[in-house]
Amino acid sequence: MTISNSLARRMLGGAAALALLGAAQIAQAADTIKVGVLHSLSGTMAISETTLKDTVLMMIDEQNKKGGVLGKKLEAVVVDPASNWPLFAEKAEQLLVKDKVAVTFGCWTSVSRKSVLPVFEKNKGLLFYPVQYEGEESSKNVFYTGASPNQQAIPAVDYLMKDIGVKRWVLAGTDYVYPRTTNKILEAYLKDKGVKPEDIMINYTPFGHSDWQSIVSDIKKFGSAGKKTAVVSTINGDANVPFYKELGNQKISAEDIPVVAFSVGEEELAGLDAKPLVGHLAAWNYFQTYSAPANSAAIKTWRAFTKNPKRTFNDPMEATVIGFKLWVEAAEKAKSVDVDKVSESIIGLSVPNLTGGTATMLPNHHITKPVYIGEVREDGQFDIVWKTDKEVPGDAWSDFLDGSKDIEADWVKLKCGNYNTKTKKCSGQNY
Amino acid sequence: MKPIRPKLCLRHQLAILCAALGLAAFGASTAKADEAAAAPVEPAVAATTVAPAATNDLAALLAPLANANFAEKEAVAQKVAVSGHPNARPTLAAFLDGKLYARSSDGVVVVAEAVEGGEESLALTDPVTQKSLGTEPAEGLSKIGTNNSLRKSLKNLLAQIALTDPDPAVRLSAVKESMRALDETTVASFRATLAAENDTKVKRAIEVGLALADLESPEADTRLAAVRALDGELAPEVHNRLTTLVTPAEDGTLAEPDERVRLAANAALDNINFWRSVYGAAETMFFGLSLGSVLVLAAIGLAITFGVMGVINMAHGELIMLGAYTAYVMQLLIPDNHGLALLLSVPAAFLVSGAFGVAIERGIVRFLYGRPLETLLATFGLSLILQQLVRSVFSPNNRPVSIPEFMSGVWQVNDALALTYNRLYILVFSLMVFAALVAVLKRTPLGLQVRAVSLNRPMARAMGVRSAFVDAATFGLGAGIAGIAGVALSQLTNVGPNLGQAYIIDSFMVVVFGGVGNLWGTLIGGMSLGVINKLLEPYAGAVLAKILVLVALILFIQRKPRGLFPQKGRAAEGH
Repeated sequence: MTISNSLARRMLGGAAALALLGAAQIAQAADTIKVGVLHSLSGTMAISETTLKDTVLMMIDEQNKKGGVLGKKLEAVVVDPASNWPLFAEKAEQLLVKDKVAVTFGCWTSVSRKSVLPVFEKNKGLLFYPVQYEGEESSKNVFYTGASPNQQAIPAVDYLMKDIGVKRWVLAGTDYVYPRTTNKILEAYLKDKGVKPEDIMINYTPFGHSDWQSIVSDIKKFGSAGKKTAVVSTINGDANVPFYKELGNQKISAEDIPVVAFSVGEEELAGLDAKPLVGHLAAWNYFQTYSAPANSAAIKTWRAFTKNPKRTFNDPMEATVIGFKLWVEAAEKAKSVDVDKVSESIIGLSVPNLTGGTATMLPNHHITKPVYIGEVREDGQFDIVWKTDKEVPGDAWSDFLDGSKDIEADWVKLKCGNYNTKTKKCSGQNY
Repeated sequence: MKPIRPKLCLRHQLAILCAALGLAAFGASTAKADEAAAAPVEPAVAATTVAPAATNDLAALLAPLANANFAEKEAVAQKVAVSGHPNARPTLAAFLDGKLYARSSDGVVVVAEAVEGGEESLALTDPVTQKSLGTEPAEGLSKIGTNNSLRKSLKNLLAQIALTDPDPAVRLSAVKESMRALDETTVASFRATLAAENDTKVKRAIEVGLALADLESPEADTRLAAVRALDGELAPEVHNRLTTLVTPAEDGTLAEPDERVRLAANAALDNINFWRSVYGAAETMFFGLSLGSVLVLAAIGLAITFGVMGVINMAHGELIMLGAYTAYVMQLLIPDNHGLALLLSVPAAFLVSGAFGVAIERGIVRFLYGRPLETLLATFGLSLILQQLVRSVFSPNNRPVSIPEFMSGVWQVNDALALTYNRLYILVFSLMVFAALVAVLKRTPLGLQVRAVSLNRPMARAMGVRSAFVDAATFGLGAGIAGIAGVALSQLTNVGPNLGQAYIIDSFMVVVFGGVGNLWGTLIGGMSLGVINKLLEPYAGAVLAKILVLVALILFIQRKPRGLFPQKGRAAEGH
């Protein structure tokens, strides 16, 4: 008797609590707009992705101070996919189906993006992806605010070829999809420019590789053939540290064989002794050292938000900021946060980027970006040595790869992410 | 216990010999490192007193640097180099090192260096007189930046000046540096210095440079003499030049019209290629041994806990990681002297990891003897706990451990062979650790007891050996050695929470390959795996090489399940 009685009471209490919770949620949902944040907060990618979560939170905070969007406050829904690719899809599903977020900012690695892509397409979600990537993709439900290869890799190679006079190329990368695709594009591009196959050396190493002695020695030998040599590095993560250390040890200086990296930025250099790296290059669309009023203001806000006067600002963070601003403008313009309406109104919108230019959303869901080349300084920051005259429009499908040359993405006229201009057909998405 | 002793004599002698050799090599290479480090410093001290007239010249030359672009800076550097001012050289050297600043208050160009202890202010030196100008807060100075092309021309200009340096070693490196950009002025200064040169090595280097220049001569005889002079030279410049000489262009035209010169060049090239491949093989061997030494260092602690005690310790990698973090902490404690910090972290890491090891043995492993599966699971869990511990205490990010002066750089044996000091030291260090460990096991009472317990526990206990104490001490010893390995690894790879995971598999591989319970097996096993890996790497790539080694190992274990050097004896076979 007593048992069932207490049980009943507990159940009643539970139901009441649930009802209250539900009511609170409904009340909240009525005057806030939910923004999903899908970045790994634990695991191997946490080092890079946690910063982006904080960037989104900062932007939401700033926007709410200005009165929110369409008169409603923004509310962040932060989930942790834990650097686990299948978990990304699960968490994305949760954000879209359970939390019903209006927009999601998230993903870093290409494999995590590929994992959530079907979820966003199925549930008609909206994802802003803020990291430089290998291209060869354009989804109706994703906006890519990071660089595609023609906004980072190709201009960097052009710089080395024209300004430094590089004749021999080492394409060194970590063994996964981004370096392999980028190097395939670069190889095709270099051959297109008349570089002979024997002047290109391609090398892949596993994640976290630490024994670089024979590879660096090979690079040294390859580079001592009398032609100016450069290394184009798509080496990712902490394998970079022993790589640069070994370069320093074997006395390969940046003057002899410069290394231009696509994945080494301020955040990566903040944790290590940058002395052996001085003079080596990085290609990005943003550098913290760029002097522009918008940049100093953003860095100041960021440092105040994180309460750390030495926090660094980097390229994917700028891309997050741009993506966020674009979404806010598009929502204001469409007078709605409905995914279809925002996706329509965002095309052609321009917002100022942090280096004094503008970022315009193109019909292929990529944006215009300036390209900068920086030389590493002793303090882990970059001296900008070269930049493009104006912003470069992002190209979803590389013009240098067979099979990708004829494909075009246009969500306004063609309403297709991979329209084949030869067969005049849209093949639909293939992930 | 007694009968074991005489058998060990030969091995024991070998170990001592090994240690002695290791020490000798260590001493020799330290001396070389010191020489190399001392050489470039000398000229900066040499020139101090300056005539007042020349003072103004240099100051006037330097003045525009404050607001110059890179092209203008290069022009200034060139003017400074040809000014003949005695302090031109230290000024350019400071420029190259990024120590040249413009003082904001008066725009004067000064050399600024960080002062010990003073974080915010820099010590200033007047580049013109090389006299101290006191200190200045960092905000009052703006750095005169350099970029790659500017640094390259600065290096070249410095090399030109250094051709007349009193130190032959400096002259030699200056000649080699200038040879990389051989133009008319360089050739002229080579010719000018050749007659006065009395050091044979420098003389030879200059002759090589001149011979390279002579290859451009219109006279076939001069070219022939030049080719003959270049025979046996291993410098890449010579190899490249001779190769272009004998390789026909795409349209079939020959770069060298004279038959005799071509033949001589071909012969010289064959000779050079032979020696280059010999030194290339030596280099690969060194890389292999160096990789092997890292494997041996990582595995040798495991060889004790797994090999001697039979405990599968999955937290072994984390004990290595703790050692690496000890090196990092020591560097924080002694921030001014990285070399001392590194040397002290060797015993410190031994104590830290050893203490953890003893705690693990007393707290967990001793309850699980004879239950390998449970030991495996318990220590695996422990490894995760230890990883999380350093994540919470330090941070999930990698910690930087700097490389001390004497560890960085390269020992240029000749033009075709260069060995990096850090790898060389670690190779020697691992041999020393190995020798010390063998000595402990074979020579000390503890070692005797360890071997007794591992061979036959009940018998050892019957003889009065306190087996519980011996277990703890053995485990602590193995853990301490893992800590020492961590110190060495901190010089090669990232110090982060995941450091240990990268080495645990390799360590087990080495121990199993070498033969469980045999330290010599670990040494031979580690070294051969390293060499095999490096031999395969050029053909198969880093990823495939490792896979091939693993497959080969699996096949090997099928043939010889007890590894290279199986433990013999009744007790061992009864396991």
